Amino acid sequence: MLIKTPTDLRDNDVTPYRLYQARRHFIKAGVAATAALGLPWLAQAKPSLGGIKPSDFSSDEEKTPYKDVTTYNNFYEFGTAKSDPAIRARDFNTDPWSITVEGECDKPGAVTLEDVMKPHPLEERIYRLRCVEGWSMVIPWVGFPLGEFIKRFQPTSKARYVEFETLYDKKQMPGQRRRVLDWPYVEGLRMDEALHPLTILAVGLYGEVLPNQNGAPIRLVVPWKYGFKSIKSIVRIRFRETQPISSWEKAAPREYGFYSNVNPGVPHPRWSQKRERRIGEFRKRKTLMFNGYGEQVASLYSGMDLKKYF
Amino acid sequence: MSMPKQGTINPSFRRRPESRTRHTHGERTYKLSGQFFLKPLVFLLGLLPALWVAWQFYADLLGANPIDEIADASGSWTLRFLMITLVMTPLKRLSGWYWPIRIRRMLGLFAFFYAALHLFTYLWLDQFFDWGEIALDILDRPFITVGMLAFVLLLPLAITSNRAMVKRLGRHWKKLHRLAYVIPLLGVLHFWWLVKADILEPLIYALVLAVLLLVRLPRPSLKEIKGTEGLKNVQQQFSVPPNR
Repeated sequence: MLIKTPTDLRDNDVTPYRLYQARRHFIKAGVAATAALGLPWLAQAKPSLGGIKPSDFSSDEEKTPYKDVTTYNNFYEFGTAKSDPAIRARDFNTDPWSITVEGECDKPGAVTLEDVMKPHPLEERIYRLRCVEGWSMVIPWVGFPLGEFIKRFQPTSKARYVEFETLYDKKQMPGQRRRVLDWPYVEGLRMDEALHPLTILAVGLYGEVLPNQNGAPIRLVVPWKYGFKSIKSIVRIRFRETQPISSWEKAAPREYGFYSNVNPGVPHPRWSQKRERRIGEFRKRKTLMFNGYGEQVASLYSGMDLKKYF
Repeated sequence: MSMPKQGTINPSFRRRPESRTRHTHGERTYKLSGQFFLKPLVFLLGLLPALWVAWQFYADLLGANPIDEIADASGSWTLRFLMITLVMTPLKRLSGWYWPIRIRRMLGLFAFFYAALHLFTYLWLDQFFDWGEIALDILDRPFITVGMLAFVLLLPLAITSNRAMVKRLGRHWKKLHRLAYVIPLLGVLHFWWLVKADILEPLIYALVLAVLLLVRLPRPSLKEIKGTEGLKNVQQQFSVPPNR
């Protein structure tokens, strides 16, 4: 049988891949420019996440407006000003994405974001977030318990700690061009903290896919610890026998401890932690021990001197 | 000494008392040059940052944490005005213009104005006048200690900035106002100790301040040069244009 090859479309008629890419970039840039012109709903409409279950762990406090949650960010990979990430993370490409899981576990490996999420039903977790700088928010995260994810890799008995790493990509993350911190950003949890049901991996907020400036596509949320523990844009998870050294610990060991539990009784060496300004509020409010999650997590630290292990 | 006010011996100053007669509606009329508009202009320019922040606050453009932004802005503008004030004397020396000296006091007072706003923001919007906490802050937190000290030192300078006080304090006035070199140092330190990791901004202030202080240090002092011959040399050296 004669198989005719179509003559009307030749190999070199196909749009070159680079040009195709360039077009995509052009479209993206156009969208970004539109956003800059003050038409944010065109550019920033995020796909919704379906099938989200509510959670008993959610707070019923008034939520911080979406606009504040997505324009007031500490994400030094995109600059040290609070307004930097919303602007400079616009073109951050999170697709494809995968997380490498390694260290003390029986089933290490790299998992695509899709496979990371697939087995886990999504929950909405409305959590308080307390920044070490003295401000706080209430954010409706969408995610799933970190513990459920971790168990898939069957950590061994040697796995006493979990270490997390953010993407290191100077091209995409302009803040990494300056050594403000020792990149890549590293955080860590004790195994029991990581397995605690309050600890989640978040992939969205306000029912939508996580905006880039909030740590897309996947980030940690540990609501009883200062915000910087909740590492963003995770690419690596490592089970360890020894305690990891987090980036802020490395930068200023006197000021930022490994635990960094929210604790009004332990001041930051340079400022008090007794009170906080809830974003959107005028008066400051009292900071609560473990950010108000003491009932659930205080037992993790029984017998520990939290002034020493701050 | 024939020049009680500034205590400086640059011969270009000799004309100043005479030029004050401009204000007496004598035969000398106002020149419609920058001279007349200089101070009102500087006054308006100096208010601009405050007005700008006030507008942004009103229009809800200060972002999620407007109070922090106000504290930041007032602090930054304090530092900037302290440094702009320190630019005036070298600028006059280099250019021979007199106007930098005429606006120097106002610039210094603007530094005080923004410092007072900054302090008030802290006392009210940060601490809500919880004096116990404020006292603890001053004692326990070096960056607050240093900032408060800077303000305390700035206060007498603002109080003694008027002409009557200049006369009353005589030569002590100049000694007192040398604090203008110390205060920005404390201000930069205050900023430096406040930032978490990114020291770029305080570093820039520190470098600018270093330059402004260094240009004041080792140079042939006019006081040490006696006689007109010496003065001529110095005039040539600094290329001060002749007085009109």
